[in-house]
Amino acid sequence: MIYLYSFLFAGIVCLIGQIILDNTKLLPGHITSLFVIIGAALDTFAIYDFFVNTFGAGAVVCITSFGHLLIHGALAKAASDGLLGLFTGMFSLTATGITATIIFAFIFTLIFKARD
Amino acid sequence: MNKQKYQELTKKHSPKENKVKNMIIAFVVGGLIGVLGQLLVDIYINVGSISKDEATSLMMVTLIFLSCLFTAIGFFDNWVAKAGAGLFVPITGFAHATTSSALDYKKEGFVMGIGSNIFKLSGSVILYGVIAAYVFGIIRFVFFGG
Repeated sequence: MIYLYSFLFAGIVCLIGQIILDNTKLLPGHITSLFVIIGAALDTFAIYDFFVNTFGAGAVVCITSFGHLLIHGALAKAASDGLLGLFTGMFSLTATGITATIIFAFIFTLIFKARD
Repeated sequence: MNKQKYQELTKKHSPKENKVKNMIIAFVVGGLIGVLGQLLVDIYINVGSISKDEATSLMMVTLIFLSCLFTAIGFFDNWVAKAGAGLFVPITGFAHATTSSALDYKKEGFVMGIGSNIFKLSGSVILYGVIAAYVFGIIRFVFFGG
């Protein structure tokens, strides 16, 4: 059942992205930035937590979860350390994604050449 | 030929994008990425006997690894062009944008090329994500007490 939920959630988020892409002048960069902000906004009231618990990995793979993880780490630290926690905890949960992207992108850039 | 006629004429001859087809492809591809993510999480939990959080992190690393590799080999660009939002909305899009800008600027050197441009396409996601998380974080902290 969790597979169906994952499929539907990730599919619908991508569908919304495709509708925005086809019907407005926004580029993929605009859409992903918008989705990250939406993810952060939803997690402000713990709505995205509910999505992750209900829809499983479908909610994690979407770029909206990047915003969710940013604010989630920041708020978790802020709860224990006060406002300074917003600074110390901001990247605590997204570190996996950002570090993996930087490392793999760099390694493969060294190995491969750009195509024309 | 007046302006209105001209607009009608250009509209008739400009290529029609099949929006419905694009929507279906984006929905199915995006959904399959979600299923793949869930499948990887379940495999890692059962085979590696690790916690759900660790398995989720490992799943993210796997998806990022695959999309960086496929982008560098070269065929992922075509996939993203065909699947549209189905591939650039999931985390694969972030990895693809980062790797392709790094590859594009490789010829300009390690510092001024790769170093300066690696986040050229994906940097706005980090920037506005952090700004939004900071603003919403302050709102939640001040008005709802953390």
